[in-house]
Amino acid sequence: MKAAIREGPAPFVKPLQPRESTDALLRELVAHLRQNRTQLRGEWARRIRDAQLLTAMTEDEVFAEVTSVYDNYVEALETGTFEALQAYARNLSERIIPRGVETREVVGIVLLLRDLLARSLFAKYQDDFDKLNQILDAYEPAANRIANTVAVGFVQERERIIREQQEAIRELSTPVLQVRERLLILPIIGAIDPQRARQLTEQLLRGIRTNRARVVVIDITGVAALDSSVANHLVQTVEASRLLGATVIVTGLSPEIAQTLVTIGVDLGKMNTVGDLQGGIEEAERLLGYTVAPARDSQGSP
Amino acid sequence: MEVPILKQQHYLIATIQAALTDADLLHLRDALVQKVGKFRSRGVIVDVTALDVLDSFASRTLQELAHMIRLRGADTVIVGIQPEVAFSMIQLGLNLEGVATALDLEEGLSFLDKQRKIENTRGLRN
Repeated sequence: MKAAIREGPAPFVKPLQPRESTDALLRELVAHLRQNRTQLRGEWARRIRDAQLLTAMTEDEVFAEVTSVYDNYVEALETGTFEALQAYARNLSERIIPRGVETREVVGIVLLLRDLLARSLFAKYQDDFDKLNQILDAYEPAANRIANTVAVGFVQERERIIREQQEAIRELSTPVLQVRERLLILPIIGAIDPQRARQLTEQLLRGIRTNRARVVVIDITGVAALDSSVANHLVQTVEASRLLGATVIVTGLSPEIAQTLVTIGVDLGKMNTVGDLQGGIEEAERLLGYTVAPARDSQGSP
Repeated sequence: MEVPILKQQHYLIATIQAALTDADLLHLRDALVQKVGKFRSRGVIVDVTALDVLDSFASRTLQELAHMIRLRGADTVIVGIQPEVAFSMIQLGLNLEGVATALDLEEGLSFLDKQRKIENTRGLRN
């Protein structure tokens, strides 16, 4: 679908038979846009501000981007090739996505420019309706295509980033680590959704089996929030581990999470909880019969 | 299919080797409860390593078995539940509450040994 929008010719307007060639009209149009570059560009930046778009960027940054988008826009109109604009849109997206710029903002600014330029054409040719019609016939398809190119470029870039991040998260998300014989820790960081909870449980169960673990410490210090479904997943993980003969200790419940759990009434009575990871590991060692003593007692002073 | 019940010193070991019918399960339960008394066993191990599914009837029967054997004065431990089996049991809400579990036969034996030690020390103290 995306490719179709990007590659296909603008399907919206079937141009009337132009009396002057489209090329000549576009040339005229481009000359007009070049001539009024400073004024139109300033006007555009002002309207972007008024519409509260690109609020994540400073005024100077907006102005710099506006300038290069404007020039790329005019160039795309002039040459009829979109590669440069496409590359620029991708590059721009790469820079602004981490700043939290939304799709609607990007679409918004491109449509603003389209609108702005159309208005300036109206103003210029208001006395010559016929000419205005021809100019618009030449302008509109190209402008639509440009808007599409930029918006699609942005969305594609965004999707690419999301895909990459998802993969990175999936790879990073579930390390099951053995800290001592028979003792595993499972640090959970970030948000847990049902799919991830399932994956966590499966990996933990496999880890218990392969490492012959007897105690597992699940540390949720890195979990910002728990809701009832995630809490239930946690309870399920604990029970499933018990079926394999492993005791689970949950550590790192923040005050906020503790409060949420009490408020929503999740029964954590079956769960063995300890304040922090250190305490959890100490408790686990106690269960396993380990005692940890400072080395100097047995080895003499260093 | 009959499940063989082996006597190993103070313990009874029942290793389930293939999927059981409900009747087989009940039979196993009754046989174990009876033999615990006969051999004066202190513990029972039920090994389910070979099972790739444990349905609600099976887990309820195992739970009953554990409780009945408790009443007969011995401990029960279920060993060898596979990760996938554990996962689907929890999904179905079958958590074998109140029943001891262990990873495999070896762990089960050491669990029972520990239980006995606890009971023995308690006996000494009283």
